[in-house]
Amino acid sequence: MDQDRRTFLGQTGKLLVLTASAAIAWEHVLAGRPEDAPNYRSTDHWWGMSIDIEKCIGCGTCVRACKTENDVPREEFMFRTWVERYVVDPADRDHPQVDSRNGGYDGFHEREVLDPNLKMFFVPKLCNHCTHSPCVQVCPVGATFESPDGVVLVDTAYCLGCRYCVQACPYGCRFIDPRTETVDKCTLCYHRITRGLTTACSETCPTGTRVLADLKDPKDPIHAFLREHMVQVLKPQMATGSRVFYNGLDGSVR
Amino acid sequence: MPGVEGFIYPNELELQWSVLIVLYPFITGLVAGAFILASLERVFNVEAVKPTYRLALLTALAFLLVAPLPLQLHLGHPERSLEMYLTPHTQSAMAMFGFVYLWYLMVVLVLEIWLDYRRDIVLKWRASTGLSKHLYGAMALWSDNISESALKLDDRIGRALTVIGIPSAFLLHGYVGFIFGSIKANPWWSTPLMPIVFLFSAIVSGIACILLLYFVTCWLRRVPVDMACVDTIATYLFYAFLVDFALEMLDLIHRLYEADESFRALDFMVKTRLFTSQIVVQILLGTLVPLVMLAVTQLVSLRERTRRVLYVLAGSLTMIGIFAMRWNVVIGGQLFSKSFLGYTTFKMEFATREGLLPAIVLMILPFVILWVLIRLLPPWGHGEGDRGRRAGV
Repeated sequence: MDQDRRTFLGQTGKLLVLTASAAIAWEHVLAGRPEDAPNYRSTDHWWGMSIDIEKCIGCGTCVRACKTENDVPREEFMFRTWVERYVVDPADRDHPQVDSRNGGYDGFHEREVLDPNLKMFFVPKLCNHCTHSPCVQVCPVGATFESPDGVVLVDTAYCLGCRYCVQACPYGCRFIDPRTETVDKCTLCYHRITRGLTTACSETCPTGTRVLADLKDPKDPIHAFLREHMVQVLKPQMATGSRVFYNGLDGSVR
Repeated sequence: MPGVEGFIYPNELELQWSVLIVLYPFITGLVAGAFILASLERVFNVEAVKPTYRLALLTALAFLLVAPLPLQLHLGHPERSLEMYLTPHTQSAMAMFGFVYLWYLMVVLVLEIWLDYRRDIVLKWRASTGLSKHLYGAMALWSDNISESALKLDDRIGRALTVIGIPSAFLLHGYVGFIFGSIKANPWWSTPLMPIVFLFSAIVSGIACILLLYFVTCWLRRVPVDMACVDTIATYLFYAFLVDFALEMLDLIHRLYEADESFRALDFMVKTRLFTSQIVVQILLGTLVPLVMLAVTQLVSLRERTRRVLYVLAGSLTMIGIFAMRWNVVIGGQLFSKSFLGYTTFKMEFATREGLLPAIVLMILPFVILWVLIRLLPPWGHGEGDRGRRAGV
């Protein structure tokens, strides 16, 4: 009888555990929106990125990772993220030599400049996920929107393909995906960050140049980064509230 | 990369807005300009331009019906365009296009034309048989009351509509200018002068268009040109053009003097890639030459025939100049990189959705519509817009 009761309790226990696990798993399956995911609250986060220019070696790994992770067309003029190489004569900052062949996808082979009077550095770029996004402002149907956690996203099922947002972005971060005839841009790997992962570019960066930042998390290293470095954003005169913060950004960078 | 000079952001290689988006402000400009010319006669009682009153209204309608087509063709998903009406994003300048357009089309233009033509429509309804009888009956909304008091009421409402119509025409085209002028990312576009420059250039192109159409219709109908009418229109064209030119020069001088961070890039662009379309076609051939021609007609007393030739030449050059202005704004604004470090090239396609062929078709279409409208509602004949007669006075 004891044996029977033990068996009964054991089996019941297993059943309960399995049912509970299945229920949690099913909830995950059903979770279409990040708010539905039990461990992710969009209102708890405020995403951005820190980029340390002094660490970037121009290897292009981030560009390749982004294209692979996000199925970005392999065209030479469609990028969610790209890397630019600047060669600057400090005495003539208005005329920097800039190139970004294939968006830096293949990596830059010339990583040092021979002329001692010039300086060279790499600038990774991506959507700045602006707090006052000009692209969000101009979208006629609201297909481009800002998520509660501060990521600028595109509803491709709703986008008209009018390209007004492409014109409005001061940073050249948007392009039209010829497969869908809708606009495409960096999502800050939203499908990853809402599952607790980092972005593909940050994940693969060998030097830790690019680091995903959660400005609402008091323990996030971004706070120390912003405190300890002289940090700048791209085109601050545009007053877009950019949330991609650069350390070591030279004044010649456009 | 081919066609690229200097450095551009990788995503900037492709131009986003093509020749169809050049047509959009050009066509809406003609609508606004033609309507404003018509309104002069109605509101300010300028008797001399009466022969062009109805022609201007019908021309405005023909072009307005075509105005959304280039936008529609250009969209990646034209089937979703209705969303702009159903779920507009109220902060977006572009989202308001549908509402401004519908207001202008339905409330101002169609209603005004209907009220103006109601007597003619009813008379045609009574006189015709078969299918045309049904057509004119439907156009009259099956109401055949053309009593003196009814026509007087039509006239009163029509006048009120014109008064509403003038600011609406200003709104329509000023708004098109705002779509470009409010883009802070693009220094070639971003200026508060843009709506007002667009508005005055619209008035100029509309007046020139009606002037030319009037000559063409007189020639086709083999009737003499009313010289008092074309002289008055040419005077309006001259003064509107002077204001437009002054505004454009103000913008240019302001840019030259301020010489902000974008100046070097834009200056280089104007001197190279835009030299022909901006300096030669827009400013020299399309503005200064017609202005000089018009000035001569204002200052020197010339024979009728000479004046007619000068008006046709000046009108044609003006149209080319204003088209070039739209081209230089829309295409020129996309030829330089937002990094201000490089330039790309516009490659016009031919038989594609956004190519030259659909652009040509879209420019012919308003004239086909105008021909149909003129057949349905002849703008000339007894009195050519004689309101005294219509009102039964």
